[in-house]
Amino acid sequence: MAYPIKGGAIIAGIGQTEFSKNSGRSELQLAAEASRAAILDAGLTPDQIDGMVTFTIDTNDELALSRNLGVTGLKWWSETPWGGAGANSTIQHAAAAVTSGAADAVLVYRAFNERSGRRFGQPNAPRDGTQRPVDPYYTFGLDTPAKTYALWYQRYMHEYGVKNEDFGRYTVVARKHAATNPAAWFYQRPITLDDHQASRWIVEPILRKLDCCQESDGGVALVITRDERAADLPNPAVRLAGISEAHFSHGHVMYNYYWDDIAGFPEAKWAGDQVYEMTGVGADDIDVLMIYENFSPVVFLQLEAFGFCGRGEAKDFIADGNIELGGKIPLNTNGGLLGEAYIHGVNNVLEGTRQIRGTAANQVAGAEHVLCATGAGALILTPA
Amino acid sequence: MAYTAEGGAIRDDQFFWDGLKEHRLLFQQCSDCGTVRHPIEPMCGNCGSLEWGTMESSGHGTVYTWILSHHPNNADDVPPRLVALVNLDEGIRLVSNVAGVEHDAMANDIEVTVDYYDRGDGVFLHRFLPVDSAAGGN
Repeated sequence: MAYPIKGGAIIAGIGQTEFSKNSGRSELQLAAEASRAAILDAGLTPDQIDGMVTFTIDTNDELALSRNLGVTGLKWWSETPWGGAGANSTIQHAAAAVTSGAADAVLVYRAFNERSGRRFGQPNAPRDGTQRPVDPYYTFGLDTPAKTYALWYQRYMHEYGVKNEDFGRYTVVARKHAATNPAAWFYQRPITLDDHQASRWIVEPILRKLDCCQESDGGVALVITRDERAADLPNPAVRLAGISEAHFSHGHVMYNYYWDDIAGFPEAKWAGDQVYEMTGVGADDIDVLMIYENFSPVVFLQLEAFGFCGRGEAKDFIADGNIELGGKIPLNTNGGLLGEAYIHGVNNVLEGTRQIRGTAANQVAGAEHVLCATGAGALILTPA
Repeated sequence: MAYTAEGGAIRDDQFFWDGLKEHRLLFQQCSDCGTVRHPIEPMCGNCGSLEWGTMESSGHGTVYTWILSHHPNNADDVPPRLVALVNLDEGIRLVSNVAGVEHDAMANDIEVTVDYYDRGDGVFLHRFLPVDSAAGGN
């Protein structure tokens, strides 16, 4: 069933700050700057925003942001669990609100100083607040996302004969795309596979430094509303044609140690199956692919799970040039989270929006179907 | 079957850590339907029962997947530990550490057996040793 998309939800506006390593201003200011830009891009005034969605781990209170923006009243708010893997979920919450009538225009925002402030990649105690003296993961050394995820990816490498060098071929493409995106932190700074192989081990034998997403300061925002507004907008509306979340029992935040076979990504497969069924669009119809990548190996798992190649085939699919601009399925045209910035993957949805509008720095001509994948979630964007 | 830990928090997993002090690797088994479950949860996801007991693992299994962390590590992780997912013979998968093997000799699917040690603050943890080295008495 296509709910909540059937009612016709669209992205009306997008906004972002610059992406940096030290913004020099508060997270609330970043949220306000990105949000105001998105509201104006949608041709709305702040008092027309009546809903807000963000992440549970965003530090910016909805009412504090309202005061800054001049939003006068909220009829709907919600927060999605998780970090970047929840990026599509924020869009889904907003779509549910506008198609159900709970709200008319919903602001989605994510803003942080993730490099100059709290760094998520450092060893951090479990976030569940229990202050446990022992923990079944953290106590045994799974104290960073790199380690937690690498323990999953290693089985994939083992079963399909994938080497770290293969992951490097993705990073080279991400940095190539970032190099021609002026908004990317790594604008005009491409790398070679040798550069990748010379970067230090983070988690051996899986991740080198250049396999890891950036740590970034910045803010992004979107305005979601109903499609009857589409004709009145100053910029082309982008339809939320299908959105899914896909979470299975025994899973954790975008990883699942407890499947019999963890050399794949069944959550992503289910997420893809849902949006393909909702929209009637298949992998062959996708013009631009945006894949959330906290680390390069998860691109491989998602390429396979979303049906762009078979299991174990991603290394050859990438090596053959399929994911580059001009290739079969241009991937992470903004440079992705490795090349552009790590704003918890929401910046990938903004890039998908630009691709449908025809305004991306690395525009894919005539893009009509964009798939934004966040592992256990998927979003298909089309022209409204 | 909940336990009250130091500080008063109700913890579902206290039995597990208490078992390690006795050199026993214990997992939950539903008293009603018999399902063995891990991770540790208060309710049986198979039948909804809140009644459970424990079953003791043989502590024997194989390495399913493993990592060696280089950076960044906690200050007390010196040298960096090998972290592994171990497939226990009883069909349980457990996050643990592997000791007694150099990382360049580490491999998927090697046979391992459980070992117990005091972390230094009276908390006992599990880790796994290669069956070859354990048999050799190293």
